[in-house]
Amino acid sequence: MTSLAKTPLGRTVTVAAVDGARAFRRRLLEMGLVPGTAVRIVTVAPLGDPLRIEVRGGQWSIRRAEAAQIQVEAK
Amino acid sequence: MTQAASCHEPAPARLRDHLPARPQLVLAGNPNVGKTTLFNALTGSSAKVSNYPGITVESARGELALPGGRIADLHDLPGTYSTNARSAEEQIALDAVVGLDGAPTPDAVIVCLDATQVARAGYLLLQCQELGARCVVALTMVDEAGAAAPSARELSAVLGCEVVAVTARTRAGLDDLRAAIDRVLRSERRALWHWQPGPELRGRLDAIRSAMPDAWRSDRRYGAALPAADDALALWALTCVEPRTGSHDDDELQVPDAVRAAVIAEPAPRDDEAVLARWAWLDREIPPLIHRAPDRSRTERIDRILLHRVIGFAAFIGVMTVLFMSLFWWAAPVMDAIDRTFKWSGDQLQGVLGDGVFTDFLVQGVIGGVGAVMVFLPQILLLFLFLGFLEDCGYLARVAYLMDRIMRSMNLHGRAFVPMLSGFACAVPAIMATRTMERRRDRILTMMVVPLMTCSARLPVYTLVIGALIPGSRWTQGLLMVAMYLFSVVTALVAAWLMSKTVKPLKAKRLPFVIELPPYRFPRLGGVLRMMWGKSSMFLREAGTVILACSIALWALLYFPRHMPDGAPDYDALVAKAPTQEAKAVLLADKQALQLENSYGGRLGHTIEPVIRPLGFDWKIGVGIIGAFAAREVFVSTLGIVYAVGSDADAGSQPLRDALHDAKDASGKPSYSPLVGLSLMIFFALACQCMSTLAVIRRETNSLRWPLFLFLYMTTLAWITSFCVYQGGRLLGF
Repeated sequence: MTSLAKTPLGRTVTVAAVDGARAFRRRLLEMGLVPGTAVRIVTVAPLGDPLRIEVRGGQWSIRRAEAAQIQVEAK
Repeated sequence: MTQAASCHEPAPARLRDHLPARPQLVLAGNPNVGKTTLFNALTGSSAKVSNYPGITVESARGELALPGGRIADLHDLPGTYSTNARSAEEQIALDAVVGLDGAPTPDAVIVCLDATQVARAGYLLLQCQELGARCVVALTMVDEAGAAAPSARELSAVLGCEVVAVTARTRAGLDDLRAAIDRVLRSERRALWHWQPGPELRGRLDAIRSAMPDAWRSDRRYGAALPAADDALALWALTCVEPRTGSHDDDELQVPDAVRAAVIAEPAPRDDEAVLARWAWLDREIPPLIHRAPDRSRTERIDRILLHRVIGFAAFIGVMTVLFMSLFWWAAPVMDAIDRTFKWSGDQLQGVLGDGVFTDFLVQGVIGGVGAVMVFLPQILLLFLFLGFLEDCGYLARVAYLMDRIMRSMNLHGRAFVPMLSGFACAVPAIMATRTMERRRDRILTMMVVPLMTCSARLPVYTLVIGALIPGSRWTQGLLMVAMYLFSVVTALVAAWLMSKTVKPLKAKRLPFVIELPPYRFPRLGGVLRMMWGKSSMFLREAGTVILACSIALWALLYFPRHMPDGAPDYDALVAKAPTQEAKAVLLADKQALQLENSYGGRLGHTIEPVIRPLGFDWKIGVGIIGAFAAREVFVSTLGIVYAVGSDADAGSQPLRDALHDAKDASGKPSYSPLVGLSLMIFFALACQCMSTLAVIRRETNSLRWPLFLFLYMTTLAWITSFCVYQGGRLLGF
């Protein structure tokens, strides 16, 4: 198991757990980043942060430090 | 398929025979699901945009015609992913859905569901159903989803509520939606839970429910006891109320003490139970209805260019340059034309009415004041034209993505980039543009630093001071101008960082900065024009009136009293005897200068002289600073009057430059050294010399606190910095 921030570009992984403070964690869960969800890092912003990820058919921008709170495992 | 109704009331929906005279409806949904477009299509021209009382969240209301001629009020909520409040916007969504905290209880809730992302949008719907709202689903983006869109009939069977596919652009489905709303309004209210809490959660909900005040109970809010709806509100409290651990993240929650006590009586539960159960249900029920994945290939192709490391950045700089140049150059001729038109109308009126106090009031006070308001319109219209298109097509979210790394280091939102860039043209439209940020804290922090950017009204002041007082070649003078721009950027960024660390309401919250990058869509001209008109009319109505009133007050301050001071020469007699036209003009300018010095504003200039003396300024600059409150460039024309070179002096006026350069104080030394010039420019760079900025912040924040804070911090900062520059420079022997 590793964090989403350390996942190589383009590989699809599965969310295992979301860490962090309660409100932070709940926000990500409510947006649909629940355990079992497939995630893929599409690109990294030109300045190295944030990441562009694909979740549930939509795309989000998420900061590296926040992605580090998301534990993922290989699909 | 688990078509589980509430554990409390399995009774099927019954029909009500009476409808409320004027049903109250709310429109809820995630951001970027076409909610505003649907709202506009449903309400037509009846929509009114205004602020929620006390906070900076915009609220749109309109009228919707139901079948049979009945009229309902439709209230458009801010876009939100959940009703669990972490911000003012989400608190509003909850209050509006359940009818708390002064919001009327809605008779039905229209939930927008994006056909390309049904499961994610469905989360908010489940929460509304649990809370006991009569829900109607408007399935939007059906044309975009194409074959990937679920069938409305199947979706309706699964979700347990009416589902209507709508395409706001072609108005398809709107009548069906009205009919569905009418049917739902006649149905009996019920609270629909698609999942069951476990025993531990059940116990906690019971405890909190019994602590809830009467105003929270469903029999009070809905007129019928719905225990499951009360459970949902208890679940909301359990999820959102934090024990007071020093983190004040939930300061904005309106929670009675008894409920708070019941929530924190026991340690916080693993609050994911509800979230996970809802998602488990959605992930089980929704995918079988979606037969194809939505096609994102067009968006992906565009993003490959626009978010590219090199090309994407170049494109970004290109877009921002066009935006900035248009504000700076394209708006200028229109603003000049507005200026000239109002001057011309003033002259015409003067010609008809003849000289007199009342004429001066109308011409200089009223017409001048209206002109001062209208002159903002070209930039506001242009900026919102750009913002509307960029937001509609999905690029504004990408701006935040591209700029987040830089803006974040100062604790600013990535979307603060466009307002701050616009601040180089004018703070007023820039402050209005902070609306594109979702969170109030981000908006206010941006508003507090945008006025530090070198706006175009500061340019005439800098041009005059550099031309008159700063020696050196054109090159060094040009470099100084560039330095003033850099100085403003640095101070704005440092100020943002400092305030986000020290001013409590502006501190960054530990919330994820997750923004959606929506698919690229063709912007809709109608919606963009409508928003431009809405913003502009709101500016005229709410900020414009304040600016007009302040203009008139400032005019009066610098106009009255009209009598000449004792011992003044009898100018009228002198003018009558003047041998030449030139001599006459000189005498009239002298008279005007003496009258200004004798005015309340002129006397105020003398009064504040001890305060500004340490900065190197005399009373004449003091009067200029007071006059500049109307708009910074007025400093130039006010000094023109003070130095009796005429009120039409502009920044390039050689007589005014000479007058400043040659001005002597009582002891015969030059009044203004280059050091005074530098101190003056620093003062204008930092001081909040602009009533229009204050008026628009008052409107945007709906409070006096923030404009007052801005004025005090900027003026203090300006005074201290100018003081250090002037006194430090003198110590160094300049």
